[in-house]
Amino acid sequence: MRVLLENLTKRFASRSEKGKEITAVNNFNFEIPDGQLVGLLGPSGCGKSTTLNLISGLEAPTEGKIIFGDRDVTNLPPEDRGVGLVFQNYALYPHLTVEENIIFPLQNLKGKKKMTKEAMHAKAMEAAGLVQIERLMGRKPRQLSGGQQQRVAIARALVKIPDVLLLDEPLSNLDARLRLQTREELRRIQRETGVTTIFVTHDQEEAMSISDLIIVMKEGVVHQIGRPQEVYDYPVNLFVAQFLGTPAINVLEGEIRGGKLYIGAEAVLDMPGKPDGQVWVGIRPEGFILDSDGPFTCRMDRVEVMGRDVSVVCTHEKMTGRNLRAIIPSENIADAGKKDVKFRLKPFKVHVFDRESEARL
Amino acid sequence: MEKKNSRLGMALIYLFLVIWAIVVLFPFYWMILTSVKSFAAYNSEYIPRFWTPNPTLENYASAFTTVPLGRYFLNTLIFTVATTGLMMLVIVPAAFAFARLEFKGKNAVFAFFLSLMMIPTELVIITNYVTIVNWNMRNTYWGLILPSVTSIFYIYLLKENFEAIPDELYKAAKVDGTSDLKYLLRVMIPIAQPTIVTIMILKVIECWNSYVWPRLITYDQNYFLVSNGIQQIRESGFGRENTPAMMAAVVVISVPLIVLFLIFRKKIMAGVSRGGTKG
Amino acid sequence: MKKENNWKAWLYLMPAIIFLAVFMVYPLIDVCIYALEENYSFAQGEATGIGLANFRHVLTDPYFVQAVKNTFLIVVITVPVSTGVSLLISLGLSSIKRLQNAFQTIYFLPYVTNTLAVGLVFMILFRRTDYTEGLVNLLLARVGLGGVDFIEGPYWAKMFVMCFYTVWVVMPFKILIMTSALASVNPDYYKAARVDGASSFRIFRKITLPMISSTVFYLIITGFIGAFKAYSDEVALFGTNLNQAGMNTIVGYVYDMLYGSSGGYPSYAAAAALILFAIVFTITYINLTVSRKTVQYV
Repeated sequence: MRVLLENLTKRFASRSEKGKEITAVNNFNFEIPDGQLVGLLGPSGCGKSTTLNLISGLEAPTEGKIIFGDRDVTNLPPEDRGVGLVFQNYALYPHLTVEENIIFPLQNLKGKKKMTKEAMHAKAMEAAGLVQIERLMGRKPRQLSGGQQQRVAIARALVKIPDVLLLDEPLSNLDARLRLQTREELRRIQRETGVTTIFVTHDQEEAMSISDLIIVMKEGVVHQIGRPQEVYDYPVNLFVAQFLGTPAINVLEGEIRGGKLYIGAEAVLDMPGKPDGQVWVGIRPEGFILDSDGPFTCRMDRVEVMGRDVSVVCTHEKMTGRNLRAIIPSENIADAGKKDVKFRLKPFKVHVFDRESEARL
Repeated sequence: MEKKNSRLGMALIYLFLVIWAIVVLFPFYWMILTSVKSFAAYNSEYIPRFWTPNPTLENYASAFTTVPLGRYFLNTLIFTVATTGLMMLVIVPAAFAFARLEFKGKNAVFAFFLSLMMIPTELVIITNYVTIVNWNMRNTYWGLILPSVTSIFYIYLLKENFEAIPDELYKAAKVDGTSDLKYLLRVMIPIAQPTIVTIMILKVIECWNSYVWPRLITYDQNYFLVSNGIQQIRESGFGRENTPAMMAAVVVISVPLIVLFLIFRKKIMAGVSRGGTKG
Repeated sequence: MKKENNWKAWLYLMPAIIFLAVFMVYPLIDVCIYALEENYSFAQGEATGIGLANFRHVLTDPYFVQAVKNTFLIVVITVPVSTGVSLLISLGLSSIKRLQNAFQTIYFLPYVTNTLAVGLVFMILFRRTDYTEGLVNLLLARVGLGGVDFIEGPYWAKMFVMCFYTVWVVMPFKILIMTSALASVNPDYYKAARVDGASSFRIFRKITLPMISSTVFYLIITGFIGAFKAYSDEVALFGTNLNQAGMNTIVGYVYDMLYGSSGGYPSYAAAAALILFAIVFTITYINLTVSRKTVQYV
């Protein structure tokens, strides 16, 4: 089912200052097509969880509409929306067994939808099968590992066959290895069920690796929506460019003059057709090519070995923040002893942003 | 040398602990011993003996037949069960409202509740007595029960416990369409069950031992609780001097709580150390 | 959603609010009115005026003066004794390994017993009648003392039994609280002190006591409050006519004014109850002030 948000806004009264309001979600307008796995990405406190709560119906929006398919659900309580929600800490009922936890949502159904015990059991087994926990049905949550609890939580969210599945930081309570496994699992489950799924995360790598679409937001405002690669390759502004990618993009002060991009005195790249002016230059770490005739010079500090690649850590006077970091194949670093190192830049790994508005040029 | 010293110290510590254990246990021993001495044997002992060669249970029989001990027992049982049950019906929803629901004036009401906790019973008992008299509830179970079915302290204790249950469980239940009442019954109460059981046990102890209020509110023997019964026995039962029968009654009254204690020892001690005070 | 919650929340609170209003808030106001109504009694039913006459009456009533004296004696004797002894016992308990549980269980027993019932046993142990000297007197005779009726004899003897029984009754609570406070002191402090070569007494003085000082003060404060409300233990030992026995307490005086052969004067009872409340409040306030200055919060 598609999810459409129209002018969605949520304001809270500020807790610290009386009378002040905080806008957690500011005028959201976007559509999530049916059957997609969507990552809602942003730094902590940016309004991701509030957005999720609005979609699930746990909170009511201040303004705007939420539409599932063609149905306006803005004023419906959570149970009538057909959503499943998985919490960061799973929120399993500790006193109930796995099976009782999964059945719990079904027991709330009323009227025509009411189910017999056998039907509920069958449904629960089906959901459990989907996440492969049939063997654990008799256990209590505290007897399960973190990954298993996570699966139970997903099964519980899926048992009513929701139109929309929402996951709040689903992987952040798992250790690194399990996280990799589970995110593949998440992808598989989503493919199998075809349920439109929205998950919240602050981990850009997680979002990029499994999402069909990612939505990057900050301070209640959506900055960019798109396919992961698209957002990575064409960030609309400096924030998005900085937020995606590890190691982070290098940001330098630069200037466009006569169709050429200058960093300091060096003209590093041709940029025909771009207007003259002061800019921020973002260069992805993988955008450097070692070249003794290259136009971009910086002072080498050290080399970090990463295996297949090496990370060349340099300083440059126009660099903002910390050291400049270039990732290059390890066989190319023969002349590591040099103090100054010269690079050529890959044009599509270099992004320029207006110095004032920070928007992409 | 060092070792000898510490061994002597240990021995002294044990001696001290044993002495206090004797001080605690001796009255219990004495009441059991006296209760199985025959009336004649007891009266003939100008120097009380620490043992009796011919234990008898006749005192227990007369404790139940001479005074309506069975009746007192039954009254206390009814009073205890009804008070504890009603109290749970009052405090669980209140604690739930404070812990889980949002409403205007919540903090003010809660602060007011807490401030009432300072008020000693002695201060309000005068009017409560008049109230019950005016309602014609003397010598009724209702008169005994009604004033003690709320406890702010237990509301407070339970609220703290409810609040420790993660918010997400409530949200998860909301998404599943669970009503507040159902959430309380199916999720919160089972999770908070240990605390609830502790509160119930503490309340049972309090009820079983309550003396002052029942004394004010009942003068008809048919409504006496065991404490009042004991007092009655002391002042006029058994012709005052039948000590063995009196002790038999004391044993009978003490046994239920001691059994309860031995079963729920850990729970009771943990509950009391979390804030129960005697009285 | 929030608005809908509003009235439902009040519904959940309703029983508690009703009961508290009827049996707590209203009586609180009412007791002040009673205390100010002059010459009111159940028999007469009408007050002749408003004023402080009830307080004057109560404060000059020899029975009340006796009750205040008894209550203060009980407080002054039992609070330090029970706190001190329970501290010693808890220290003993925490330094042994074997039988610790058994001792703790035994020590807690008085908490779950009916004080009226066990009071009777104490009475029998201490009483001297025509038929027997009583066990305690016989034991005292072994060391050349005795011959005192602790229940109907001289005042000091009665006061002794009274305090002894009170301590016996309050000990379980204090031992329990004190033991768990001691158990919660991080053993690393002891190890560190031992490595530094501190003596046992110094460790107690400089580490243990400061660490549990807030608990000790908590016990002293609750001990004061509890002891000021002494009543049913007295009844257990000396019967309901405490005035005649000369062993009445302030709470006992309140009930006697309200009910029983000398009762029917709720105004006197209210005045006495308010005086008690004022005393307890003042003492608690002083206690808290002192504790704030001395207690170390770790």
